[in-house]
Amino acid sequence: MQLEYFLLVAAALFCIGIYGLVTSRNAIRVLMSIELLLNSVNLNLMAFSNYLDPQGIRGQVFAVFVISIAAAEAAVGLAIVLAIYRNRDTVDMEQFNLLKW
Amino acid sequence: MNLADGVQLVSFAVLAAMMLGAALGVVLLANIVYSAFLLGLVFVSMSGMYILLNAGFVAAAQVLIYVGAVNVLILFGIMLVNKREDFAPVKNVWLGRAATGAVCLGLFALLGTMILATPWVISIAPPAGDDAMVVIGKHFFSDFLLPFELASVLLLMAMIGAIVLARRDLLPDELADQDGREPPVALKLPERPRELISGKK
Repeated sequence: MQLEYFLLVAAALFCIGIYGLVTSRNAIRVLMSIELLLNSVNLNLMAFSNYLDPQGIRGQVFAVFVISIAAAEAAVGLAIVLAIYRNRDTVDMEQFNLLKW
Repeated sequence: MNLADGVQLVSFAVLAAMMLGAALGVVLLANIVYSAFLLGLVFVSMSGMYILLNAGFVAAAQVLIYVGAVNVLILFGIMLVNKREDFAPVKNVWLGRAATGAVCLGLFALLGTMILATPWVISIAPPAGDDAMVVIGKHFFSDFLLPFELASVLLLMAMIGAIVLARRDLLPDELADQDGREPPVALKLPERPRELISGKK
């Protein structure tokens, strides 16, 4: 068991999340891709915490902070998606041009 | 390699394969309900990885918060926006996907070479193990006290913001107008009508 295995898996998960974030048409799938990104960052933090700082475990503290921020982000993001759906009657990312001039 | 290392390696391989396969399913499957359930599988295998990394407390928090709260919230969001629509096709969609895939593969190659080339200074101290919860609590109330309090304030702000953003505009005058004459129809609240903003200009 080595540190590099965990880091490589986290990097692969991050790249999958980036791909989904860019190519998804459905707004809720974009939110799910953001959750994938946050989880890969968490895996990095936990791996560093276990292998480089096993006594202080500051990485686990940061992971708990990231988890709480991710929960808040999911709630606000879904509320925004619901509000947009009620106004625009679609969840297609290509139709969201409210901020485009 | 003794027995414990072998068990760890095999369980790591199983968890990694499960996690990456489920993540690919989240991104690539057409049905979004399948994607949401596969996202739960990603979270569960991630918590298994945390147990492999001697972090039982964060693994439990991961299952409770992600699988129990975030995944259920996303499923409710899918049910509330349950509109089966075929998105209008965009021309040259394969070009964007190919470019994004190439960029992601390049990013993975970059990160992989960086990970393998860096000489990590592995600590030889014994891991905290089951005392991790005590150590995390001491961190929360000593040197991470300010971020801890700020996180609680931010959760409160996010809760109020989500309620304000997602609630409907009800008409209180019509509600007051109806009493006395006939009972209001159940499960039917008068809502302020609003015109849809058209997507095309």
